[in-house]
Amino acid sequence: MTAVAPSASGQPVTGKGQKRRTRTGPPRPLLGLAGIIGFLLIWEALPRLSVVNPDYLPPASEVLVVFVQNLGLTAFWVAVGQTLISWGLGLAVATIAALVLGLIIGSNSFLRKATHSTIEFLRPIPSVALIPLAVLLFGVDRGSALMLVIYASFWQVLIQVLYGVADVDTVAHDTAKSYGLGAVARIRYVLWPTTLPYFMTGLRLAAAVALILAITSELIIGNPGLGHQIALAQSGAAISAMYALILATGMLGVVINFVMRLIERRTLAWHSSIRGEAVV
Amino acid sequence: MSIAKRAAFLLGLPVLLVLTWWVTTIGSTSFFVPKPGELAQTFVRVWIGDRFFEDVVPSVTNLAAGIVLAIVLGIGFGVLIGSVRWLRALTEPTLEFFRALPPPVLVPVLMLLIGINDSMKIAVIISGAIWPVLLNTIEGVRAVDSVLSDSARTYGINGWARVRHLVLPSAGPQIAAGIRQCLSIALILMVISEMFASSAGLGFTIVQFQRSFAIPEMWSGIVVLGLIGIILSFIFQWTERRVLRWYHGLREVENAG
Repeated sequence: MTAVAPSASGQPVTGKGQKRRTRTGPPRPLLGLAGIIGFLLIWEALPRLSVVNPDYLPPASEVLVVFVQNLGLTAFWVAVGQTLISWGLGLAVATIAALVLGLIIGSNSFLRKATHSTIEFLRPIPSVALIPLAVLLFGVDRGSALMLVIYASFWQVLIQVLYGVADVDTVAHDTAKSYGLGAVARIRYVLWPTTLPYFMTGLRLAAAVALILAITSELIIGNPGLGHQIALAQSGAAISAMYALILATGMLGVVINFVMRLIERRTLAWHSSIRGEAVV
Repeated sequence: MSIAKRAAFLLGLPVLLVLTWWVTTIGSTSFFVPKPGELAQTFVRVWIGDRFFEDVVPSVTNLAAGIVLAIVLGIGFGVLIGSVRWLRALTEPTLEFFRALPPPVLVPVLMLLIGINDSMKIAVIISGAIWPVLLNTIEGVRAVDSVLSDSARTYGINGWARVRHLVLPSAGPQIAAGIRQCLSIALILMVISEMFASSAGLGFTIVQFQRSFAIPEMWSGIVVLGLIGIILSFIFQWTERRVLRWYHGLREVENAG
């Protein structure tokens, strides 16, 4: 069950059935490309045919031109950098805190039982509820973005680590104990390999959530970054620029997802869910 | 475990935390942190009464409408896209983009396209909350056990019966995972749509409190949002346990075996 379990709390995991299927028709990447082009064509057509007011939704070609122009601007990359710093810093703090706490709480049954109700109570509290508090404490400093990012991504990682620690095979654990492995060695060779797949799932989810919160806080509170640029473009009625920035935000999300998946595959190369062998 | 012990585990830490909060604020005059009693009083004064019907009910109605529509649309399109292979290949990269797009950036777009009203708020919630449901449904439908799928086809089970008795149950656990993500995103978007462009609703009210430095009121608003989140997660867990009872039973048997 190890390989399947992380999917129950997160994004889809690649199934086992797909490899057997024979491929018919054009190859998948081409179809995917056709899908993107089709989407852009519809986007181009809607305002051109005046189905949608072109003032509110400029044609794709106009937005893409602004998007490409943006790539040559220093201000754009500065904004991307600011967003990424809030994202990365917040994610790092949340991950380390959640990993340490998760390992401590998870490996002690008293702590696990005692904290369960509190964790289940705090976890569903939406992080945006903290926006007013963050504004009061930090204003438009990076601190307010960090506070939201850390709160939101902390729970994603913590819950996964707790699941992971609970999943340790009792036989493996007892065997290691009777062979005289010390506490550190048991963490290194029994606990850690079991927890790692869960931890990576949590990290991937947290990375996506952290980006959402970083952008949200820039959009609403006004910390410098991509989100703030979107808000500025919107209030300045620079509609094409706004769409171009939104496109950039989506691209940033795609890149982050891709990188996280790559890291996951690298770190879990030994694990059966990645090796693609049958899971017993 | 005896009932007393369970109650101790359930309430021990929360009680301890509230006590710590109470003790540390007992002599403090901190502007930012209200005392527990003060917060409870403010909560009752502010939220029990007219404001409940003026701000909480409309927000929660939008939230519920958005969630229901996102789930229905997500599962509907997910079953369709998941069952047709070329459609899946065609839409996959585009959907990946929309999944990766942080939903709050769509608020200004929808504000332009729809204007500022309740349908805009519902559209914002759908536009962000539909992706986890949609993509998980696609993935779940795709991973239907091939033996089961072939057996169903051999017995001539097609169309609606196939969806009802084969596709939906086997994609169920995946869909449930998607719905869980969808709920928290929907709540976030409800708040954001009201903070960004609105003159009523929970998000707007809380920001108003903050701007006018009504700190205990602001905290009580945060508590309301937290309570909504917790109630949502309870409703989800309760429903999931009913609907997917067979799946949890199966997991237990497998784990024991």
